[in-house]
Amino acid sequence: MIRFDNVTKTYPKQNRPALRDVSLDIERGEFVFLVGSSGSGKSTFLRLILREERASHGQVHVLGKDLARLSNWKVPHMRRQLGTVFQDFRLLPNKTVGENVAFALEVIGKPRGQIRKTVPEVLDLVGLAGKEDRMPGELSGGEQQRVAVARAFVNRPMLLIADEPTGNLDPQTSVGIMKLLDRINRTGTTVIMATHDQQIVDQMRRRVIELEKGRLVRDQSRGVYGYQH
Amino acid sequence: MRAQFVFSEIGVGLRRNLTMTFAVIVSVALSLGLFGASLLMRDQVGTMKGYWYDKVNVSIFFCNKADAESSDNCEKGAVTAEQKKEIRAELNDLKIVDSVQYESAEEAYKHYKEQFGDSPLASSLTPDQMQESFRIKLTDPEKYQVISSAFADRPGVQEVQDQRNLLENLFNLLNGMNWAALGVMALMLVVAIMLIVNTVRVSAFSRRRETGIMRLVGASSFYIQLPFIMEAAIAGLIGAGFASVLLVGGKYFMIDNWLSEKILLINFVGWDAVIKVLPLVFAIGLLMPALAAFFALRKYLKV
Repeated sequence: MIRFDNVTKTYPKQNRPALRDVSLDIERGEFVFLVGSSGSGKSTFLRLILREERASHGQVHVLGKDLARLSNWKVPHMRRQLGTVFQDFRLLPNKTVGENVAFALEVIGKPRGQIRKTVPEVLDLVGLAGKEDRMPGELSGGEQQRVAVARAFVNRPMLLIADEPTGNLDPQTSVGIMKLLDRINRTGTTVIMATHDQQIVDQMRRRVIELEKGRLVRDQSRGVYGYQH
Repeated sequence: MRAQFVFSEIGVGLRRNLTMTFAVIVSVALSLGLFGASLLMRDQVGTMKGYWYDKVNVSIFFCNKADAESSDNCEKGAVTAEQKKEIRAELNDLKIVDSVQYESAEEAYKHYKEQFGDSPLASSLTPDQMQESFRIKLTDPEKYQVISSAFADRPGVQEVQDQRNLLENLFNLLNGMNWAALGVMALMLVVAIMLIVNTVRVSAFSRRRETGIMRLVGASSFYIQLPFIMEAAIAGLIGAGFASVLLVGGKYFMIDNWLSEKILLINFVGWDAVIKVLPLVFAIGLLMPALAAFFALRKYLKV
């Protein structure tokens, strides 16, 4: 599913690499927590998977493709097989919940009939049935994040990438989002989630990958958070 | 690709930057208007050249009695029949000479009278003062020098005059104006391009949330860029529309209803020339802003 081979990423005008010689494999259907303090390289790790950045050294394979050899115009097609969720939701404030989810389908040119059918289905899946016509501003943070998850999942991606999806939510709401991600994972979608939330990691007991100053320092199946502030 | 979606995005974008869009339209309209006008002007000079060069000829003016005192070339007095015959024979042998017409002093006087009527200067002239001349039509008007060098120093010849020289000054003036128009056009074009680049930058910035999400969900870069490029192209098209209105209006009001009534001698450019220019104006109005937007996007919109 994802393979990193001795991946180093150095940003221009910076001496210290953001990622240093990282090698790992993530299999289809896994649920992986990515932990580490700020600046440890979590975001760079995710950006390399999304091919927002390219590795300086080493190889990144995602969905069986070597991203270094993937030409620019093929990148959008690759991203259609990934879903992404962020801490700040990234919804369009002037579109309704339904339109926000539909937007993801419209911009990749899906036919209207299919959009009309798929959007209510996926909103039902994330527990927002009947809220199609509400504006994002009218919803709670947890509900907004559910919209974002719905948008990420509406294409039925092979891989869901979540960058601190519970970072702005209270613990109780976070549990709801985690249950949702868990449910998505059980449909066979690989989930990679960067987080600082110790409670969640300790509760879920899934694979934990820890980065520290760009190095991979721990890779543990059924791990705990472990990282001390 | 869903056209309706793209068009609603374009509408939003154009309204959001209304002032900037307006500036783009005006500068595109002015630069294209000048561009079209200078093309028409070039056409105009071309037709005028063709028309006039056909009518003008090289003239060999002969000395008359009065010239013997006033002109250095005529010290030996008025031209003789012998000299005239000799020159005509030589002219007929020259390949570049198409035809030779003789104008007597009386004819010259008559023509002069026709042209200037009863002006004080004309009424003081007598046929004696007019010069006899050969009016020579050349097969190639550029070869005027040959005639000039062969006959200017002949006894009895007062002057060899190429009437083209008189017109040349006028055409040089028109050409100069043409270049000036092109220069101003180039400047306006640069202004238009800079405005477009800036508009695209503002537009891309104000829509970075949308474009960011589009990128994440895998919209192709073409799809992300299309609304921006179409925005610029539409503004350009509207500008081209205004430019065409300027050109058609200029042709109708300035040339057809004003200049052609005042100046009868000149054959002005016709509607066919105007209609030939318009597609070019529209093509440039469409492509130039679209290309400018495309290159601006590479810089300001990460895809």
